[in-house]
Amino acid sequence: MSKQDAKTTPRHNATISLNLRVWRQERGSSRGEFVGYEVNDIPVDASFLEMLDILNEQLNNRGEDSIAFESDCREGICGTCSLVIDGLPHGPGQCTTCQLMIRDFKDGATITVEPFSTGVFNVVKDLTVDRSALDRVIQSGGYVTVHSGPKPEPNSIPVEHAVVEDALDASACIGCGACVAACPNGSASLFTSAKIGHLALLPQGQPERNTRVVNMVEKMDEEGFGSCRNYAECQASCPKGISIKYIGRMNGDYIKATISGGDRRGEMQAN
Amino acid sequence: MITLDAKIPSGPIEDKWHNHLENAKLVGPRNRPSYDVIVVGTGLAGASAASSLAAQGYNVHVFIFHDTPRRAHSIAAQGGINACKNYREDGDSTYRLFYDTQKGGDFRSREANVYRLAQNSTAIIDQCVAQGVPFAREYGGMLANRSFGGVLVERTFYCRGQTGQQLLLGAYQALEKEIHQGKVKLYPKSEMLDLVKVDGRARGIVYRNMVDGSIHSIAGEAVVLATGGYGAVYYNSTNAVNSNTTAIWRAHRRGAAFANPSFVQIHPTCIPVSGDHQSKLTLMSESLRNDGRVWVPRKKGDKRSPGDIPDAERYYYLEERYPTFGNLVPRDVASRAAKVVCDEGLGAGSTGYSVYLDFRDAIAEKGQDVISEKYGNLFDMYEEITGESPYQNPFRIYPAVHYCMGGLWVDYNLQTTIPGLYAIGEANFSDHGANRLGASSLMQCLADGYFILPQTIGDGLQPLYRDKVSTDHPEFAKIEGEVRDRIKRVMSVKGDSTPLSIHKRLGKVIWDNCGMSRNETGLKGALRDVEALQEEFTTNVNIAGKSEDINQALERGLRLMDFLEIGHLMCRDALERDESCGCHFREEHQSEDGEVLRNDDNFGHVSVWEWEGEEGEGKEETRHQEKLDYEVLQPATRSYK
Repeated sequence: MSKQDAKTTPRHNATISLNLRVWRQERGSSRGEFVGYEVNDIPVDASFLEMLDILNEQLNNRGEDSIAFESDCREGICGTCSLVIDGLPHGPGQCTTCQLMIRDFKDGATITVEPFSTGVFNVVKDLTVDRSALDRVIQSGGYVTVHSGPKPEPNSIPVEHAVVEDALDASACIGCGACVAACPNGSASLFTSAKIGHLALLPQGQPERNTRVVNMVEKMDEEGFGSCRNYAECQASCPKGISIKYIGRMNGDYIKATISGGDRRGEMQAN
Repeated sequence: MITLDAKIPSGPIEDKWHNHLENAKLVGPRNRPSYDVIVVGTGLAGASAASSLAAQGYNVHVFIFHDTPRRAHSIAAQGGINACKNYREDGDSTYRLFYDTQKGGDFRSREANVYRLAQNSTAIIDQCVAQGVPFAREYGGMLANRSFGGVLVERTFYCRGQTGQQLLLGAYQALEKEIHQGKVKLYPKSEMLDLVKVDGRARGIVYRNMVDGSIHSIAGEAVVLATGGYGAVYYNSTNAVNSNTTAIWRAHRRGAAFANPSFVQIHPTCIPVSGDHQSKLTLMSESLRNDGRVWVPRKKGDKRSPGDIPDAERYYYLEERYPTFGNLVPRDVASRAAKVVCDEGLGAGSTGYSVYLDFRDAIAEKGQDVISEKYGNLFDMYEEITGESPYQNPFRIYPAVHYCMGGLWVDYNLQTTIPGLYAIGEANFSDHGANRLGASSLMQCLADGYFILPQTIGDGLQPLYRDKVSTDHPEFAKIEGEVRDRIKRVMSVKGDSTPLSIHKRLGKVIWDNCGMSRNETGLKGALRDVEALQEEFTTNVNIAGKSEDINQALERGLRLMDFLEIGHLMCRDALERDESCGCHFREEHQSEDGEVLRNDDNFGHVSVWEWEGEEGEGKEETRHQEKLDYEVLQPATRSYK
């Protein structure tokens, strides 16, 4: 049943049952396997993660170790939740795992649940992975270097309405890593280009524009992410609908930056 | 016995902050690297403070239970951030923002702090724009504003419905830059479980590595708690599922006084509860009340579809009861009004506990495109969760727990009653009195983190130059031992109740008795009920798995222990505050038309609770008072009519 069909037949107060195949792995270094669980009487108004809460309560009651999975805000903005459901990062629909509702699934369906595992995101336990490589890409240049303190009046630098909207489309990235998990090449290009694109659009991002793109692109390679081969799976799986146009702009910026002179930062430091 | 010295600087209110800065002791740039500052939490307050302190030169150690600093729950703030720029020339000023905040808080906050907040508000916008935060702009390129509840000016800056996210990313990026430069060391997946004091001064924390379960400690010259509020005590709330009170509660148990614990904001516009499975409630930004109109059917049990109910049979209760502010009354007023109409049987939906927030007229007037550009992501989010489109049918909303005005007591320097321990953001109590105005939380977090703490912390650090304590001090081993015992104790009960089931029942007790409406009988019953749940937790909790591993049941259990204690204190605080004010509506104290009746003579103070019990023994809490001085603004009856 597609999502749209499900919506036209409201079944409030109804419940369904699901057969789950869940990836269980005690720790990164140990071998993992799929374990089957039958979950019954799931309210259709519950979210997918609330269904896992119900399962974990049952496991805890039986004295079994609960399934480790990450989530926090449960409203699609913190980027913590990270499940591959039936082969799709965040499952069907362009939303985060936490926004997936049980009413979107068929009664009695068998569902495979895996972690966001790629060459770079290693499994920590069960369905949790280490995504710190994404932070390190930001550390390499995803910011404007300003200290806290008095700043110029913002209206002294007008910014076109459409430009801000474009920047906001890019900076809507929640850092979940679905783009990496979806990419056959394990590339982090959409994530990286979204930050570069956001800052490159704004006047405040100009002073470090060249060094930023060079450092971030090189850091991305250094962390072991694959290169972009235009599969566009990242865009299809991005819960915030971020466009691959930012990858194109990043590549353009990168070329410009590499021919326009090197990074001279550090030369001015007194010590 | 604690002494409460708010350290409010002398002079007229508009000069206090500058006088204070001019007299503060400073740490010179060459000496700053010899101080270790521990910051717990990386929401707007924590990330902005940590990055600012690191940029000044301090050695900063940052602790988060998330995997990355960008996950902190400030990310979910939607509507906007206030600043008295007066861009719209509609009469805004520092005084006006101060006045609105003080009145909105029903005159239960400290004037000097609130005024300073208003003074710092405009610099926050400048700072964030310089960081590349893409605030909404008008067609001419100037910053755009919108209006929020409880005010008559447009002073709210926003980034669609994701202002918190954009501001947090600005702070997060500043923090990542300092991590890259080695000035900040980040400890991800590390949850603070206790505070270490040496000779009465905060000197470090004990934390659990959530991946392998190991217990560690770290020493420093100051500890900054930026760990948010305790709203998740209600189980169902707009907080994230991992939001908890452990850091501030454990600090309280070590001697940091706790102020106004019963002051909790119930946000009027949330998606209603759909069933027992529910793990969180989703907020629909207050900004929706700019264009949406709130109503219920005039007739009890009117089961018609909302679109079929003609205007004459719709009760626009906010517009009728509060003609001046209409749909934009403050949150406490709007929430209580929703509860009243639902209690009268006028509520919508199958449970009868929801009201309509209707965009029919706004769409007709402005067009769907305009509404969609302003609120599109909120409309989509609602549709994802409920399966209904608010473009066709009105939103159905109901109040939900959202924010804690109460928190650790702090002085003007944001220092708690424990020297060396600071609390910033929602974790402290200082600026919002008995009710917070919309878009003021982001403002306070960033004022605390970017501008206030970085300029007040030096005063407390300066005398400590070269007075270092390391984790070799026996106090660290002692507290680590206590934490290990605590974990062993909860793991070894092996009873029948899961932490989740106890938490849900605790939430219901607090919601029913210490929520939008409170009374003596209910609160006394709630105290007994919470004690029974504490007993059940101690004797019958069941946590499976190992403690030396990722164990989310154990994490929940440890947090629940502290929720049970703070829930108890909230009820006591609500019981002893025998007046109504802001969010704290005691049914015994209401006017003829059902509005709150304050008692300034007896309760014109902050209630400040001191923990006097020992670890593992009873809860001997003593109530102190910080009298509020009304020098500038005489308390008046808050009217939004």
